[in-house]
Amino acid sequence: MVGLIIETCVKIALALGVLMTGAAYLVLVERWIAAWVQDRIGPNRVGIPLTNIRLFGLGQPIADGLKLIFKEEYVPGHVDRVVYNLGPILTFVAAVAVYAVVPLGQVDLGISGWRPIDLTIVPQFDAALVYLFAANGAAVYGVIAGGWASRNKYSLFGALRAAAQLIAYEIPLSLTLLVVALYAGSLQLDQMVLQQAQTGVWNIVLHPLTFVVFFVAVTAEAARLPFDLPETEQELVGGFHTEYSGMRLMTYLVSEFLHMVTAAVLIVLLFLGGWHFWGLTGSEPVAGIGGALLRIIVFAVKVLLVIWFFMMMRWSWPRFRFDQLMRLAWKVLIPWGMVPLVILVWWYSGGEEVLGLEGGRGLALLAVINWAALIAVWIVTAQLSPPSYDNRPRQDLVRLARQPEQAIPAGVRPTAKAWQPSFDNEE
Amino acid sequence: MKPDSSEIRWVDESPLTPAERSYLPLFIEGLTTTFRHLVSPKITVQFPEERHEFPDPIIYRGVHRLNRDEQGRVKCVACFLCATACPAHCIDIVAAPSPWPDREKYPVVFNIDMLRCIFCGMCEEACPVDAIELTSLYDLSGKSRDEMIFDKEKLLSVYDQTKDLEPPRWMRERDVLEDQTSDSATGET
Repeated sequence: MVGLIIETCVKIALALGVLMTGAAYLVLVERWIAAWVQDRIGPNRVGIPLTNIRLFGLGQPIADGLKLIFKEEYVPGHVDRVVYNLGPILTFVAAVAVYAVVPLGQVDLGISGWRPIDLTIVPQFDAALVYLFAANGAAVYGVIAGGWASRNKYSLFGALRAAAQLIAYEIPLSLTLLVVALYAGSLQLDQMVLQQAQTGVWNIVLHPLTFVVFFVAVTAEAARLPFDLPETEQELVGGFHTEYSGMRLMTYLVSEFLHMVTAAVLIVLLFLGGWHFWGLTGSEPVAGIGGALLRIIVFAVKVLLVIWFFMMMRWSWPRFRFDQLMRLAWKVLIPWGMVPLVILVWWYSGGEEVLGLEGGRGLALLAVINWAALIAVWIVTAQLSPPSYDNRPRQDLVRLARQPEQAIPAGVRPTAKAWQPSFDNEE
Repeated sequence: MKPDSSEIRWVDESPLTPAERSYLPLFIEGLTTTFRHLVSPKITVQFPEERHEFPDPIIYRGVHRLNRDEQGRVKCVACFLCATACPAHCIDIVAAPSPWPDREKYPVVFNIDMLRCIFCGMCEEACPVDAIELTSLYDLSGKSRDEMIFDKEKLLSVYDQTKDLEPPRWMRERDVLEDQTSDSATGET
């Protein structure tokens, strides 16, 4: 029992250390990529403090952190103090708590009498997936608390947008999770990764439509561009963290970054085979020390690649308008999310036997069906609902008004007031 | 402007093609653009170590200088046209009768407040004798406000620093003339 507590504490310390350092350095990477994409060089000056050694700017996170720590922590007089202080903490706890169930396989240290150690803080947790999404979704409470307690219209708008966005995108997200869980036959993340490793077929190949829906939904949930509506700088100043500064702001920003890392971790775990790579990591649940190290490296590389794609995506596509965001969630992603679920349910409830294929050929057929579904659904959506529509002034009314008086029947001609705000209250 | 104004010309967007409706070509276009820029050469200059290179330093509008003539005297005739043209009112001139026979006045004091100056170059355009010019020096800094008021001596020293790289107009015109005369001379022989 004592051993278990020590083991868990060590794991928590390791995970927190890696996460905090990782988040700090990912900020630097994000700044680099932003600079390179804009034909700039990016931060490259800060190296070892008190020397002239630059190290390509690798000291920048330390400088940034110190700056935020020593900055004045200004609390506006009009805020609700309790909730205001609670906001960043809630978000941060939720963002970190997710990592309790991220599986990296088991390692056999080779010491006799020791059982293989799970490289997960909470190993073999039966409801890991449910817990993970509960914790991930709980982060929005901190955002709403912060936005509400700030007593500022822009902050509140940001918080409300975050809430609306989360509710909208939880649904397609859950639908895709149903598919993955149903396919794995378990809610344990270890099992899901193990299944991908043992069959050697990653879920992205088998469930492409699910992957697309999941990817979009998880990006929206992490509030990354093009879905960063809760904190659109151009519209809402800073959104929910407009009134925050110093350490509290840093807590929010780090949590936000952790959300992106969470999203990348989830994509890798559920669709890109977790720690598995063909011919490199093996597929047994337990690995030796070297094998376990290799698995961690493979996992980290995959996560970093996904994060890199997130960062590139940020500069590639413009931000959605809020109505477009909602439209995408409710009218596109939710119907899309149901399609692979129906296919998989049909597959397990007799479709497999109907087609009379077993094992590998059966899986190949499932993959083909799912790819066909992706293409079909994409084409149908594209042709049925135009992706953009006009929100400029009603041109038919404008044209009508510009015609000469006589040409228009009485009563049809719109008055100038039809599209102008009225100021009746001023009188 | 009202929406029904006849000055507005409404332009209808062309309808989206089936490929555009699927968003896919647009996604790929956005990604290829960012990927291309990710590896393209960077335009940032590492300032204190590297310095920006001007295609033509003569047309750059940086720190002012007061030109000297062939005899090394200040070229200014204290006509106040630059001070009048200056939209920021940063030029302060005190004139005195000239000790030289070729002009009536010369400046005893010629101060430019670099903190007020907006580097518009209007003084250069206004000057009838091409005495004031803007150089390509751009890294201007000082530790006090007084230090940033450039007096006549300092402006003349700017000229001494920059005359080789950016010769004043009278020197350029003289060179052009010499080139022409030497060309015609060689052409005749």
